[in-house]
Formats: sequence, C-alpha cells, structure tokens
Amino acid sequence: MKPGRTRRRVGVLPGFGPTLGITVFMVSVVVVIPLTGLFVRSAGLGFGGVWETVTTSRVLAAFRLSFGASLIAAAINAVVGFLVAWTLVRYEFPGKRIVDALVDLPFALPTAVSGIALTALFAPQGWVGRLLAPLGLPVAFTPLGVTVALIFIGLPFVVRTLQPALMDLDAEVEEAAAVLGAGRLQILGRVILPTVLPALLTGTTLAFARAVGEYGSVVFISGNMPHKTEIVPLLIVAKLEQYDYAGATAIGAVMLVLSFAILLAVNLLQGWTGRYREGN
Amino acid sequence: MSIEARHITKTFGAFRALDDVSLTVPTGRLMALLGPSGSGKTTLLRIIAGLEQADHGSGQVLFDDADVAVRPVRRRGVGFVFQHYALFRHLTVFDNVAFGLQVRPRKERPDKEEIRRRVGDLLRMVQLDTLADRYPGQLSGGQRQRVALARALAVEPQVLLLDEPFGALDAKVRKELRVWLRRLHDELHVTSVFVTHDQDEALEVADRVVVMNEGRIEQEGTPDEVFHHPATEFVMRFLGEVNQFHGRVDAGRVAFADVELDAGDHGRLAGPARVFVRPHEWDVSLAPPPQAAIRAVVKRVQSAGPVVRLELRTADGALLNAELPQETLEQLGLAAGSEVHVTPRRLRVFAADRLPPTAGD
Repeated sequence: MKPGRTRRRVGVLPGFGPTLGITVFMVSVVVVIPLTGLFVRSAGLGFGGVWETVTTSRVLAAFRLSFGASLIAAAINAVVGFLVAWTLVRYEFPGKRIVDALVDLPFALPTAVSGIALTALFAPQGWVGRLLAPLGLPVAFTPLGVTVALIFIGLPFVVRTLQPALMDLDAEVEEAAAVLGAGRLQILGRVILPTVLPALLTGTTLAFARAVGEYGSVVFISGNMPHKTEIVPLLIVAKLEQYDYAGATAIGAVMLVLSFAILLAVNLLQGWTGRYREGN
Repeated sequence: MSIEARHITKTFGAFRALDDVSLTVPTGRLMALLGPSGSGKTTLLRIIAGLEQADHGSGQVLFDDADVAVRPVRRRGVGFVFQHYALFRHLTVFDNVAFGLQVRPRKERPDKEEIRRRVGDLLRMVQLDTLADRYPGQLSGGQRQRVALARALAVEPQVLLLDEPFGALDAKVRKELRVWLRRLHDELHVTSVFVTHDQDEALEVADRVVVMNEGRIEQEGTPDEVFHHPATEFVMRFLGEVNQFHGRVDAGRVAFADVELDAGDHGRLAGPARVFVRPHEWDVSLAPPPQAAIRAVVKRVQSAGPVVRLELRTADGALLNAELPQETLEQLGLAAGSEVHVTPRRLRVFAADRLPPTAGD
C-alpha cells in the first residue's frame, strides 16, 4: 500500500452493508417497533396512571413472584445445568445419547403440555405430590410449584450453552494445574469455572429471561391465586380479558424495562468475566 | 534429585506404548528422550510426572531412590511444560506464574509480597517482566512457552519435565529457545528431561540422549556417542541422513556395491549385512583412488548452502547422496555429468538377519 492512501480492510466474506441493513431491519420489525407500540399504548394512561396501575398490591405481588421465582429457578438451573452438561461432556455411559436428547424436550413440548404434566405429578394426589404433601411441602398451587415449572423450562438453556464451552476446555490445562499442586476443588474453582463463566452466565440469563416471560407451563401448576401464586404474564392476560388494555400494556411496559435492565447488567458482567478474550 | 524408572510397561488397549523400559537420570543432568511419534517417549515422561500410570504391577518410578507411586501428581514436586503451553487463559501472565504458589495450603503459602517478588524474579529471568499484566491470548507462541516455563519453575521443582517444549514454534524461535533452555539449565541445575523428535534439538541441548523406538530404548549415551557410535540401525537412520547398501561380511572384509573394503570394527560379523555411509563421509575424486571405490556419475549439484550436496548415480543404477565442502567442489570442478569415484572414509555395518526398522529418515 502506498503511504498516505488508505483502503478499507476487506474480509474474506464481504457484505458489511447488506448484513447490517438486514440486522437493523429485523431488530426494528421484530423487536423495537412492537415494543415501542407497547409504550405508546401505555402512554395513554400518563405517568401517574401507569404508576397507580403497577403499584397496587396485587400487581406488586405478581412482580415479586415472577422475578423472584425466575431468579431462584435460574440459580438452581445454573448449578444443575452445569452438572448435567459436565456429565454429558466428560463421561461415557450407556444411554448417553438418549439423555442428551431428553434435555431438549422442554424446548420442543408445547408449554401447556408441560404445565399439565407437572401439575398432575405435583398435585396432592399426584405421584410426587402424594409423597410431599404429608411432609408439609405442597408444591402444586404454591410459589414453589411456580419455581419448579420455571426450572423445568429453563434447564436446556444452561445445558446447551455450557456444553460447547466445556468441550472446548483443554484437558492439558487441568493437568497443568494438578502438576502445580492444585487439588480437585481448586482446579474446579480456579481453572474450570472461571474459563466457562461467560457461557454459564449466558445460559443462566437465557433461562432467567425465558422464565420471566413463561406462561403456559406455569398457569396450571400455580393455581393463579391473586396475591399468592399469580405471575405477571397471567395478570396481563387477566387485564386483557377485562378489556383493560391500558392497564395490561402498563404492566407490560414496566416488565419490559425491568427485564431489559437485568439483561443489560448481565451482559456487562459477561464482558467483564470474558475480558481475557481481548486481543485474541 | 535423581530420577529412576524401572521396568515400566504401558499398554493402551492393544497398543504397547512402553515395553519394559528402564532409565536413570542423574541429579542435575539434562536428558533428552528422542524418537519418532509413537515411540513412547511422551508416555514415559507422563508416567514420571504421575500424569499417567504404568500398567498394574509393572515397574517403579523413584525420585532420589524413593518410590513415588504413592504420591499423586500434585505431590510429586515436578515442573511440567506442555507442548501446547496449557496456560490458564483467564489469568494474566503474573497470575499464571503465581498459580502454583497460590494454591498451596495456607500454612505453606508465601505471603503476598513474597509471591510478588518471586514471580517478578521469574518473569525477569524469562524476559517477560514487562508483559505481566497481559493475558496469554495476547502473547506470541515463544512468549507463551516462556510463561509456561516460568510457571513450572515457580514452585521450585526438584525435577523439570518438558514435553516437546518447542514443537509448536517456528524454526527460528525454536533455535533461540533451545540455546536459552541450555543456558537456563546451566544456571539452575535442576534435573531435567525433555522429549523431542528433533535430533538436532536433542544433540545440541542435552547432556545425555535416550533414543527410543516402538516402546523400547535403542541406545542411551552422550550426544557424541549416539551420533558417532550408533548401537543399532534405527539410531543410525534416525540421527541423520544415510546411504544404505546390501552387502556381505566375510573374514573381516565387507563387500557391497562393486567394492570390497576392510570392515574394521565390524569384522566380527559374518554373512549378509547392511552397510551405511553418511553423505558427508564420502571421499570424492576424479581419478581412481588407490583403494577400492564406487564409480558414479554426478546427476545434480546443489551448491546453495554451507555444504554442497551431490546426487550421484552408480553404475548399477543406485542413487547416492554426498556432501562436500564448497572448496572441494571448486578444486574438482564438478558439474552434472562428471564421472567420479567415491569411497567411504567411514562406514557402519549391521547384520542383516533382522528386518530393517521402518521408522527413521
């Protein structure tokens, strides 16, 4: 290249223009425009109106349940999902393929089917519920039931995002740590977990996001008692059924803001945990 | 600390990686395990480190005459350097080197200042003190391997084991690093074993060389011994280029191609034999020399480089390689098509009752 003359770097696959165009178009049509509509619609209530709608005790209780149960479910999925992914990546055992396929089932099942199945299982007369009820641990129609349903639908997100990261781990790195004197727990805590942390965070975030928006599998097992087991998506449907469109969109808009704030925070955290990738 | 391996056998399924191998590395020596891939050299190294176990009931590994079988890898006090560095990519260069100190139980762990000082010293020694805050992903291959070495040395190991340490680097960096490794060893005197398939590397760096083939030790000795007095055909072939002939030894004379020469030390053999001559060990002349010589025609002269390489074709059609100094070529005035007489200054003869080894060259 002659000095003073600059040329744009051209990749092997050119097409920055068209691909960015399509990206912007899709994000606009599929995400931004519908969501903007939500805000425009709820703006009809005015700020005071929205505030009034979402601060009634029934709505606040629903928010607490939705976000609380989703967080707990995501946390449990992070641990259990890590173990499942670890088992599937590191060990060979008969039926491994089947287990691997089963992990995806919550993805494929209509959520209502999972909801009915879980309810049947955990209802006081169900196979599992019958065993738990005498222990004073009712699951169906309690917040615990909501959490169980959210764990069920969130698990595949963690497992599927962690698997490739775990496969990527170099066995030699663990050997290097062992030679240097690290015990098993130290290898897990100082080498394996930090390396896969970005993937674990992504999976957990996806599970959480899915759980916050989940409807079908929860409505059966929760029993939908206002103030107790009513989740936000259900409350929105209830408002719609009463033709309270403004109220429904107001709750929707608040939910949107909260979810976006959480996702953004996790994204920043992810960038920080993956900072060693800079310059690679 | 001296290392001794006694009667080690290791099988992977049907494959026998090591077959009753015994080896001693005296304290403070730098030993090379040299062999082609699949010869078992890496497996032997990993068994010494404790990363692999010898077959049940076979053999022992001793450090200073103490059996280390009961000591798991993390308690053997060895430093290990991997071919592909195996650095912790989520940790900075500093934290990589400090790792071995930081995982120690609280009682044995040096305090923060002490760790900082020791890691700083090591990084200066490997000339990477300016890069302490970088991540491995931001370093070149040669730099990464030096980090790996500093990390291995941080725990002050009694034994340093290196598995093809320069195998993944390009030729120039490799050469620099092996000179540097030798100097480092002369300063530290830690008993070291390194695995390589590169004979130049082994001959240049090591005090002693162990040549391995198909899970067995072919020869052990100083670089001079294995190069100049190869004990087996395999060692002869593996440590440099050869011209090979089929011949016979009879009454102290060896006959091959169309010549008969004094067999020298090899005169004790009798019967069919294989004769080896290294390319640089031919005498080339235009006039027939007084002793028996092979007549050949020069096919190709390749004179770029420190020595001239000649490709010759003998009367019976066999191809020979010879190497000459530039001056000899000029004195003789050789070119493609010249007729010459070649005779070996030195030859090595092995009985041909065994099948020729397959690996080599």
